[in-house]
Amino acid sequence: MAKANEIKFLTSTRVEKRQKKYCRFKKMGIKYIDYKDGEFLKKFLNDQGKMLPRRITGNSLKYQRKVSQAIKKARQMALLPYVTDLLK
Amino acid sequence: MAKKDLQSYELMIIFTPVLSEDEYKGIQKKYADSIKENGGKVSHQNAWGLRSLSYPIQKKTTGLYWVAEYQAPADLNGKMEINMNRDENVLRHMITALDKYAVEYNNRKRSKTTEAQPA
Repeated sequence: MAKANEIKFLTSTRVEKRQKKYCRFKKMGIKYIDYKDGEFLKKFLNDQGKMLPRRITGNSLKYQRKVSQAIKKARQMALLPYVTDLLK
Repeated sequence: MAKKDLQSYELMIIFTPVLSEDEYKGIQKKYADSIKENGGKVSHQNAWGLRSLSYPIQKKTTGLYWVAEYQAPADLNGKMEINMNRDENVLRHMITALDKYAVEYNNRKRSKTTEAQPA
């Protein structure tokens, strides 16, 4: 019976390292998130129009709050929908 | 604040789409003047015109957007709210306070669009 370390695989089993998430606002030095440009805010919404959590967007806490405030303002002014089903 | 210093605010209004072109301009002027009368100073105006809303407001699916950036004493917004709520041409309005990053962002955005056009 082959011992565990003697088993050889055709391809190396190195699992590819997931790229470290970073906060795009800190990296690019963006200080103000404008609630008026819906295109940029859509990056932080899933296709139902719901806000993505921080663990997926990779934002730092400070900027995630600014993003959520901006999204709520955009929703209030009908720039972004509260809920949709179609892929936006 | 002893001196009446001016904070910068941004006002966004959605008007009913049934307004004609000159009514649209007239109502913009009305609000810009009401800011000036109460001691404010309108620094920039930006009329987006007819845009489709992402959800119907008062059974209407489109609206005339208007964004204005102005400097005003703190008590002006209360007066503005009252007559905006009373005005039935206004579907929805929102006043946001702008900190220094926001003001700088707006100026940079405006300078980018203006230099893009003539070039």
